[in-house]
Amino acid sequence: MFATSVITADAGGAASRLGTMVLGLAVFAAVFVGILLLASLFKGRRGEKIQAAAFVGPTIFFIAIALIYPAILTIRRAFYSGKFFDLNFGTPRTRGKFVGFDNFAALWTTPGLPEVFRNTAFWVILVPLFATGVGLLYAILIDRARGEAVAKALIFLPMAISMVGATLIWKFVYFYNGDPGSSQVGLLNAVITKLGMDPVDFIGNAPGNTFSLIAIMIWIQAGFAMTVLSAAIKAIPDEIIEAAKLDGVKSLQMFRFVTLPSIRPSVIVVLTTIAIGTLKAFDIVQASSGGKFGDSILANEFYNRSFVTQQPGLGAAIAIVIFLLVSPIIVFNVIQLRKDA
Amino acid sequence: MSTATPPPPVSGAVADAASDVHLDTPAGRRRRKSSAGNAARAVTSPWASAIAIVLALAWTTPTVGLLVTSFRNQKDIQETGWWHALSTGFTLDNYSQVLGGAEGQPPLTDFIVNSFVIAIPAVFLPLLLASLAAYAFAWIEFPFRNALFVGVFALQIVPLQIALLPLVTMYQQIGINGTYWALWLSHSAFALPLAVFLLHNFMKEIPASLLEAARVDGAGHVRIFFQVLLPLITPALASFGIFQFLWVWNDLLVAITMLGGNAGEGSLAPLTMVLNNISGTLGNRWYLMSAAAFISIAFPVIVFLSLQRYFVRGLLAGGTKG
Repeated sequence: MFATSVITADAGGAASRLGTMVLGLAVFAAVFVGILLLASLFKGRRGEKIQAAAFVGPTIFFIAIALIYPAILTIRRAFYSGKFFDLNFGTPRTRGKFVGFDNFAALWTTPGLPEVFRNTAFWVILVPLFATGVGLLYAILIDRARGEAVAKALIFLPMAISMVGATLIWKFVYFYNGDPGSSQVGLLNAVITKLGMDPVDFIGNAPGNTFSLIAIMIWIQAGFAMTVLSAAIKAIPDEIIEAAKLDGVKSLQMFRFVTLPSIRPSVIVVLTTIAIGTLKAFDIVQASSGGKFGDSILANEFYNRSFVTQQPGLGAAIAIVIFLLVSPIIVFNVIQLRKDA
Repeated sequence: MSTATPPPPVSGAVADAASDVHLDTPAGRRRRKSSAGNAARAVTSPWASAIAIVLALAWTTPTVGLLVTSFRNQKDIQETGWWHALSTGFTLDNYSQVLGGAEGQPPLTDFIVNSFVIAIPAVFLPLLLASLAAYAFAWIEFPFRNALFVGVFALQIVPLQIALLPLVTMYQQIGINGTYWALWLSHSAFALPLAVFLLHNFMKEIPASLLEAARVDGAGHVRIFFQVLLPLITPALASFGIFQFLWVWNDLLVAITMLGGNAGEGSLAPLTMVLNNISGTLGNRWYLMSAAAFISIAFPVIVFLSLQRYFVRGLLAGGTKG
């Protein structure tokens, strides 16, 4: 179907890589044009159904093949042992066997995994709370202030940075020089030693390192919270605020009794969205240490078990746990959205 | 930037782009007009300004620190903190070393190309497919339409972790594992539910009378899609496009899974994988890490700042993805 040079994993020079990209774009465009041409052949009532199928079909087909079917395979895989994801792979001895709920039981008995659950709990509770709190506070403080746009961009920018990049940025802030006498080039330890205390190993020491990494995620997510909540605050009708002011409501009371109730739905959406993002985020732990200092979380452990330690059954079980933790939050989110709509 | 001082002229472009953040919602636009006089009157207390400044400083300092570091000599970085940079001087050596290849690292330019080659088709394909599907869901009557749409929407629930491993096996079976095709298809599949949902919401807002007028003129769905819908939903396409570009450019998990962790010479690895590798293998070589980090950060930040208003619009329309 394709020339072999297109398929091989060896990329060749920049020109040939760009060539592959152009080919990819051409194939995708051809599929698109093909669908449209096919659809335009049909007219009338019956044609409308065929056109709908031509428009929706590729997406449904794609999602079914690349999302639903793999998800079902992963669920099945969680009930088998073996070193390879493919159950038919390997010698009869190493091939996967049906083991019932053993992989799920292993979630609690495997050394290190209970800590992973504990760390994940810290992440899912602290990141949404602090990111939303900071975002809300900042949105209120700079609302209608001069230079608001620039002030917003400063907090918002970390959202454009990859989590790997963000982790590197913070690894430098946390940088630790074990020799208390020599100079500290990491900002935090420089401050700490200046105050006369011993430097702290922010990345290497459990359980404290979990909180160092949580701070990175808060740093990334606060901008999202601020943007959504700022828009919500600006959408509160002027009349309500004027009326409250006429009644002599002070600013703290204003926040408690006017602002907060008005933006409650947005706060819930922000909290839950960040919680979901946090549950799935694997990059920070991976780029910091790979989770080897007792600071792993579920999303990172999924990767470790699936690819590093070659326990795909356990990896699949962890993926299912992430799925089960995420679903109720999303369902809750949707219910909230419909209630407010 | 402090809240008390007006922005300096240099950052005017940023300010203009960013001011769209709150102009973007209809409410924001209304508010701006009705309270133009209020804004000047709304005196924030000194405490509020102080807290805002502290937060803004806390949020920018880490990035500034690494940025300054990327322009310092290897020796200076190891001996003094970046806040001493003014007295020790600056250099571009780190950037030329990273881009040209140093310390056994292949030149970073290869991986910049990789990141673009991965990201552009991975934005293009879901946009094409989702715009078609969203059109049908919004404007063509067909059986099971609502059930199918809810189904697609609900699939946003599926964390990509749950689909990754079987996908690798499937790619192996059809012989595209470890290629760009595997990455393009995976990123597209993971993006489709959100893309369909977002574009559908935008398309639904277009007045039905416009489409009916086109139908009366004898236009079929294909023509309506091209001549009526596409020009109107360009902002929506842009807003999803930016999301997807940032997502794919910044992705580590899909890349590392599909490419098997190899980020060496001649590999297809994107910048994030190289950064992750450098962070592990070069340990404390901050002179290389800082420059590499900033090269990888520069592109999404440029895209983000220049197209910020579309990004925020998408965000407020419910476009988030973990």
